[in-house]
Amino acid sequence: MSVVVLEPRAEPAVPLEAAGIRPDAFAALDEAEIARLPVWHGNEAARLGDFFRVSGGRSADVRIAGDAGRVKHLGNGMTGGRLVIEGNTGAHVGAEMTGGRIIIEGDAGPWAGAEMRGGVLEIRGNAGSHLAAAYAGSPRGMNGGLVLVHGSAGDLAAERMRRGIVAVAGDVGDYAGAAMLAGTLLVFGRLGRRPGAGLRRGTIVAGGEVEPLPTFRYACTYRPTFLRVYLRRLREEHGFSIDPRFLDGAYRRYNGDFADLGRGELLIWTTP
Amino acid sequence: MEINGVEIRDTFAEAFRMWASRAVITARSRRWALEAGRAMTGFATSVIGCKVEAGIERELDADATPDGREGVSVLLFAFDAEGVAKRLVERVGQTVLTCPSTACFDGLPEAEERIQVGGVLRHFGDRHQSSKVLEGRRYWRIPVMEGEFLVEETFGVQKAIGGGNFLILARDADAALDAAEHAVAAMRGVPGVVLPFPGGVVRSGSKVGAKHYKGMIASTNDAYCPTLRGRIGVASELPPDVNSVLEIVVNGLDREAIEAAMRAGIRAACRPGVVQISAGNYGGRLGKHQFHLHAILGG
Repeated sequence: MSVVVLEPRAEPAVPLEAAGIRPDAFAALDEAEIARLPVWHGNEAARLGDFFRVSGGRSADVRIAGDAGRVKHLGNGMTGGRLVIEGNTGAHVGAEMTGGRIIIEGDAGPWAGAEMRGGVLEIRGNAGSHLAAAYAGSPRGMNGGLVLVHGSAGDLAAERMRRGIVAVAGDVGDYAGAAMLAGTLLVFGRLGRRPGAGLRRGTIVAGGEVEPLPTFRYACTYRPTFLRVYLRRLREEHGFSIDPRFLDGAYRRYNGDFADLGRGELLIWTTP
Repeated sequence: MEINGVEIRDTFAEAFRMWASRAVITARSRRWALEAGRAMTGFATSVIGCKVEAGIERELDADATPDGREGVSVLLFAFDAEGVAKRLVERVGQTVLTCPSTACFDGLPEAEERIQVGGVLRHFGDRHQSSKVLEGRRYWRIPVMEGEFLVEETFGVQKAIGGGNFLILARDADAALDAAEHAVAAMRGVPGVVLPFPGGVVRSGSKVGAKHYKGMIASTNDAYCPTLRGRIGVASELPPDVNSVLEIVVNGLDREAIEAAMRAGIRAACRPGVVQISAGNYGGRLGKHQFHLHAILGG
């Protein structure tokens, strides 16, 4: 299958809002039509071709050949296809996506995968705050799919998450998994303050040491079988690097948050 | 046709349409996976008396299971998908959920038709259960005194075949059993089949119904009973030098698997002391599937 390549011409003076860059839409457009897609440069209406040199068309396989650190909303709401960004991206990449795969070879800005409902968002660098989180006023954040962060992530990762998996190889900031409704947040580095504050259901896995909130209660130390299934799948099907100690180790389980429904769990890795 | 001096009769095994599921059982060690597998497949020789036919298909290395632990795969057969569902829930619930350290996974994830297993067993958790969804597959975590039992919500079920068979006609009982043991050893390496009878071998082959007891679904296969040779009313099928017969019954997920197993088993059974290999059928009137021995063996 041919690939649509977008080569950045120059870094925008202000962030570029380019929600139209989505592989499923490109599948029906030729090169000229893609170049004519509307974008917002600050408060000015512009064309995609003003900022990217477009080559190829009618393909759901899209590659941004360069840095897009000042480009926002890449792949928003996409339903399928594949989008590879060879550098960084701005805010909201993969937000509300329902299918397909986005691969960011650099860092992603805040709100990556916000309220996504399906597909795979892979960030090979670091992610900003509000990874897979809910927008202000929304009842729920991520509601399906898989987010893989090979680096670290900022505050409020997986906030109000409802369904799906977020895996972070490095550290996350404060309030990770705050008010989670369900789903799974895996953090193999350190968690910041107050992880799982307001957790209703769902699972937060901590590979590093963490102090649970006083509204969590220790239950037991055990080896959850489901976690082995998850970790093997992430490693073997998605190439996500996971230290074997997390597969074979035991976990201290804390139930909580009893300040809310209290049917969630915090699993903290301990000695094998 | 002959193999190693053993005559292969020009006949066929008559087999039946069934439905089947595959369960993958893992545990802390292979020993405990086998304990669960054996318990789950116990008293599952024939649908006539057990409502289900089941067996351990093979042992699984850790890299071949969803959770990376050693395990076994079990095939379970019934007359319809509903029957498979009922028996699977009963047996996973009573023999796998109860067994230390085990987990139970669907072994037919590609099957379109699905039956609820973990989705029923979850009620044992009395609302303390929780579930996880990974790439569209839901797993139930049921709290138990040991820790947690993990079982997949749905299992695949597919059309399958039950009742593939062949008969080993030997000079004496020792030779028949020796040949049967070799046949079973060869057939157990074939994927997609199980041998549901004890040790894979049946000594009490049957005919449909009974001549003298109307309520019987099946009764002894008098034509192959050596003690009945010459008796009035018995049309013996046994050559003069045959004094013992054993049967190997094989169920499989598809025709190719059964053919491969029968081929391996018959070749392995053609040993000293064996006179003839035959097969059980009902004249082609009852079963949908026929496995002709000469065709399977390339004759």
